Amino acid sequence: MSSIYRPIIREGLWKNNPALVQLLGLCPLLAVSNTVINGLGLGLATILTLVASNGIISLLRNHIPDEARLPVFVLIIASIVTIIELSMNAWFHELYLILGIFIPLIVTNCAIIGRAEAFAARNPVGPALVDGLMMGIGFTAVLVLLGAMRELIGMGTLFSEAHLMFGDAAKNLTITVFEDYRGFLLALLPPGAFIGLGLIVALKNVIDARLSTKQTQTIIEIEAEAIPAPN
Amino acid sequence: MLKPTSPNSSGISRLSSPFLSGTNRVTLQMLQLLLALVPAVIGIVYFFGPSVLITMALAIVVALLAEALMLKLRNRPLKPFLTDGSAIVTAALLAIALPPLAPWWLVTTGILFAIIFAKHLYGGLGYNPFNPAMVAYVVLLISFPLEMTTWLPVTTLSEQPLNFESTFQMIFTGQVSSGIAIDSLSGATPLDAMKTQIGLLQNPADIMQQPLFGLFSGKGWEWINILFIIGGLYLLYRRVISWHIPTAMIVSLAIISGITWLVAPETTASPLFHLLSGGTMLGAFFIATDPITASTTVKGRLVFGAGVGLLTYIIRVWGGYPDGIAFAVILMNMLVPLIDYYTQPKVYGAK
Repeated sequence: MSSIYRPIIREGLWKNNPALVQLLGLCPLLAVSNTVINGLGLGLATILTLVASNGIISLLRNHIPDEARLPVFVLIIASIVTIIELSMNAWFHELYLILGIFIPLIVTNCAIIGRAEAFAARNPVGPALVDGLMMGIGFTAVLVLLGAMRELIGMGTLFSEAHLMFGDAAKNLTITVFEDYRGFLLALLPPGAFIGLGLIVALKNVIDARLSTKQTQTIIEIEAEAIPAPN
Repeated sequence: MLKPTSPNSSGISRLSSPFLSGTNRVTLQMLQLLLALVPAVIGIVYFFGPSVLITMALAIVVALLAEALMLKLRNRPLKPFLTDGSAIVTAALLAIALPPLAPWWLVTTGILFAIIFAKHLYGGLGYNPFNPAMVAYVVLLISFPLEMTTWLPVTTLSEQPLNFESTFQMIFTGQVSSGIAIDSLSGATPLDAMKTQIGLLQNPADIMQQPLFGLFSGKGWEWINILFIIGGLYLLYRRVISWHIPTAMIVSLAIISGITWLVAPETTASPLFHLLSGGTMLGAFFIATDPITASTTVKGRLVFGAGVGLLTYIIRVWGGYPDGIAFAVILMNMLVPLIDYYTQPKVYGAK
């Protein structure tokens, strides 16, 4: 049983990570990763969407005509995103206001339709759900890591405004790492997102290179280039 | 990878021509560039105090350390790249562009960004699409706008000129022993003051009468710009740079500011003000002419220079930042592949 899921988990979290390898969904990734909490909020919404859309599409995969599959996928994803958007508006209103346009824009996150097309439409429900969850977690991990990097360098804090997500009890969750920090505005601005993502991708390639040299015990050439992303 | 092309090290003695000397041309060019900066640096020390010397020394040390670190990480030989002088030139240019009394962390951050991000992450000397010093300047300007826009008034204006010792203290600790805060020493640049006051509907001719301004532009600034021209002419004479980029940039800036000045003299500064303000001449002769990041074709250099001049004026007058040289150079750097593509010279004999 677990032998089916293990490669799916590895693919989603590391080997085929949507943010680091497929480089999909960069628009929301770069735009809202300025704090940990923003990244986490958008990441959770993306996980929900991915799991739900993968599950539903996998269930319907034998009934969807091949010629009309893309519009049907988009319709399903859009419905799910609408539900999530309205729910966030109701229960996490302040976070919803901050994330703003990027919640409805999850519809256009190509990582989601990419998984629907590449995985959910060809596999049974169980693996499709796991794939959605793992891809979502992989995406969210990068969002949170990038958010942490940018928040730390940009403002010198971590988990600021955590109460937007976890309620008033989390108000003192904010960690001020550097006292009297002047702030490095570049990290919070769009260039910081691009530079940060570039550094994380580079780090992943370095780790992969180390791992593969260790595995084979010989120095082999590594294709460091990511798979070109259709966008 | 690039190997230093020194015939002596190759072990082959040439018996027939060509007998080009084996001097490393990059090093030679960089040394001449540094030499050409000397008059302007003397001018800056005279008008703004010795701060620039301390900043420059700090910048050069940090730049060489960062360069060595990156070369080591990239498994490149240290000596040929450390001695080519390019890191020193980047450091010197950034130090000149930074405001006097810039705190040490500002200088260090800028240099680290220039060498690590703008230069080595793109592949090192010769591969960087953007001018490292200007990338660092822009990064600092958008990240630390307060520190980057407070300038000392010319020493003759300020009542308490800082000596070498207190300048040193100011840069490294942020305060001087006698208890003067930086706010009491600093003010806006003439370019900034001109823009703010034109915004308040004052006549440029009246603004020029204020003590901050001199004959043509800001007091002190005009002479520093003229000293940059002298350095630039030396570079032209030694053929380190060609005339195309500086000329195109100065002419385009003069034309656009001349047209607006003739149309609306009551709301625009004179062309001479723009030519001798801020970093115009530093940009024209020392920054836009960077052989790596500027256009390489003859026609392309004219287009590149003209673009820098035009963008500088647009950003200065209608933009939110006091000076536009750095942004203009980086924007035009981005266009260089396109410019070069469309300005390829015809091969001799081709139709």
